Amino acid sequence: MNLAADHQRPAASTAAAAGTEKALPIAIRQLSKAYGALPVLDGIDLDVRPGEFLTLLGPSGSGKTTLLMAIAGFLRPDRGSIRFGDSEVVRLAPHKREIGMVFQNYALFPHMDVASNVGFPLRLRRVPAGEIARRVEAALEMFQLGGFGRRRIDQLSGGQRQRVALARAIVFEPRIILMDEPLSALDKQLRERMQIELRQLHERLGTTTVYVTHDQREALTMSDRIAVLDRGRIARIDTPRAIYDEPGSRFVAEFIGESSFLDVEVADGICRAAGATVISPRLPPPHGRRCTLVLRPERLRLLATGEGAGMNCFEGRVTGVIYQGDTLLLQAVLDDGSPVTVRQTTRSGDAGAIRPGEPVRIGIAIADTVLLADEPGQVQ
Amino acid sequence: MTAGSIHAAAGPAGDFHAAALRRDHWRERLGLAGLAAPALLLVAVTMLLPVGWLFSLSFLDDGGALSLANYRRMLAEPSYTRTFVTTFEISLATTAICILLGYPLAYFLSQLPRRIANLCMIAVLLPFWTSLLVRTYAWLVLLQRSGLVNSWGMKLGLWSEPLQLVHNTGGTLVGMVHIMLPFLVLPLYGTMRAIDRNLLRAAASLGSTPAHGFRTVFFPLSLPGLTAGASLVFVLCLGFYVTPAMLGGGKVTMVSNRIANDIELFFNWGAASALGVVLLVITLVVLVLAARLSRGADLFGTGH
Repeated sequence: MNLAADHQRPAASTAAAAGTEKALPIAIRQLSKAYGALPVLDGIDLDVRPGEFLTLLGPSGSGKTTLLMAIAGFLRPDRGSIRFGDSEVVRLAPHKREIGMVFQNYALFPHMDVASNVGFPLRLRRVPAGEIARRVEAALEMFQLGGFGRRRIDQLSGGQRQRVALARAIVFEPRIILMDEPLSALDKQLRERMQIELRQLHERLGTTTVYVTHDQREALTMSDRIAVLDRGRIARIDTPRAIYDEPGSRFVAEFIGESSFLDVEVADGICRAAGATVISPRLPPPHGRRCTLVLRPERLRLLATGEGAGMNCFEGRVTGVIYQGDTLLLQAVLDDGSPVTVRQTTRSGDAGAIRPGEPVRIGIAIADTVLLADEPGQVQ
Repeated sequence: MTAGSIHAAAGPAGDFHAAALRRDHWRERLGLAGLAAPALLLVAVTMLLPVGWLFSLSFLDDGGALSLANYRRMLAEPSYTRTFVTTFEISLATTAICILLGYPLAYFLSQLPRRIANLCMIAVLLPFWTSLLVRTYAWLVLLQRSGLVNSWGMKLGLWSEPLQLVHNTGGTLVGMVHIMLPFLVLPLYGTMRAIDRNLLRAAASLGSTPAHGFRTVFFPLSLPGLTAGASLVFVLCLGFYVTPAMLGGGKVTMVSNRIANDIELFFNWGAASALGVVLLVITLVVLVLAARLSRGADLFGTGH
């Protein structure tokens, strides 16, 4: 939908193209699973393209892990179809699906050393011992774990364990890789480094990858596309940029990125929110329809007197200033009482410029102004 | 002047309370040791003293003189050797049967949802709440010549003569397995419960059939619990008295029965003590070996 979005990862698309002879598409149709009366997967239709890095994103209970477990074969759905390429796998046992899987808690075999863990799938496939040793060492090298083969699992740090789990999942060259929140147990810095590493790994291998996370930033960082799940349905599936810029529904807007929301009244083609007229470049909403205005903190600006051309402007009062090092968070209340947050990058010399209680004018560029129709789940 | 006032403020605690803090530390330590004192005293009185007394008795002959007569007799008389062989055979057989019955049971329980498993565990533990004697008598009622099993079996025409089900090795084993099974299942269940299910999923995703995953992942990881349970059962069997005495019908003489005989029939405290000491030593050796085998795994706990 957005050209810039489609071209933001040139490396990924070429790698995916190079790997397409190995990479398999996944086609899921009408996949449903209910526990009692509670549906956890509610007729999921999902296509994962060959070589794509697709992230399933959603709050807990949205069905993202259930969906992943169904793809892996650990969970039997009530109905539906899952195809890897041309073959139907919905009734296939997990050990016949040829999937590389990475678990949240690593799931390394504690009674085996690193090399035995990584060599496990190769031994199962009766690969000759010499070749196993070679391929295990190569996989370990790939994750900067060369020479770690004889280590016991409990001698490794969390980050190293995660790398061993990754090496084990890819060493037998599976055609599909599934990852269930693989980075959630790591600390923030390591997690961010591993995100980049995983992304690079995917670009090198070009294997179709389905990744589950509840961390929206992780999803935005790593994915070719993101599928946002809500109560067992896919609320939205698109590129990270398209989803962030055009969330399409309040649920998606709330879940991805931070936002303040303003109620919008529409009368005779004119939108008003918090006492100001709002102009949006997109849909002119029908008369009488209620809408919500999405205000992303980093897209808002504090305006000096006289500024504001090409912007929607709101009057308000500062209630708090939070210094976060790289950014300054400004909390404000608009004239109608709605709270909004403005994020500014900090510069030397801007300290103490704004104080709580002062009146402010806050503006958002018309191009960044996103209106959501107030209908749950509706996609623009 | 400012420096002086700081020192004045520090006052007697010029070392920033280091001495007082150290005192507090030791007082706390002593307090904890004090809490442990009653238990330590109890162990000393009820265990160390009798064992020491037993130990010294075993080195005295009938006349009260220091000698190795009791131990020499044990080596010389084949009936003693036979007693030890019987004890080990019965203990090994009981342990083996407990493993055969208990491993699948513990596995089954460990795969159930926790709430249902807890209910089932109560069923496993229920026998603990009944007296050992009552349970052993119950087996007697079931297995004796005119017992329930025999009368029903004959009524159903399965056999015509009453079978000898008790007062033999078989009857002893039935009773002992029944008593010992929970001691195997408890630690084993705890260990199995602690095995991450994702490990088996990981094995499956890497290509393991369920059987292969069990053999290469689940079973090795359940071994510490199995060793703990099996050695517990084996050691308890070595010193078991009630069940072999009642269900063995005098034909199954284990070390404990021999000890009882030596004291009750022959008033030979020295011989009984020597048997006790040898049994204790063997038990310790078994425990040490088992601990080595499970590489320091917690022998009695389910803690992991």
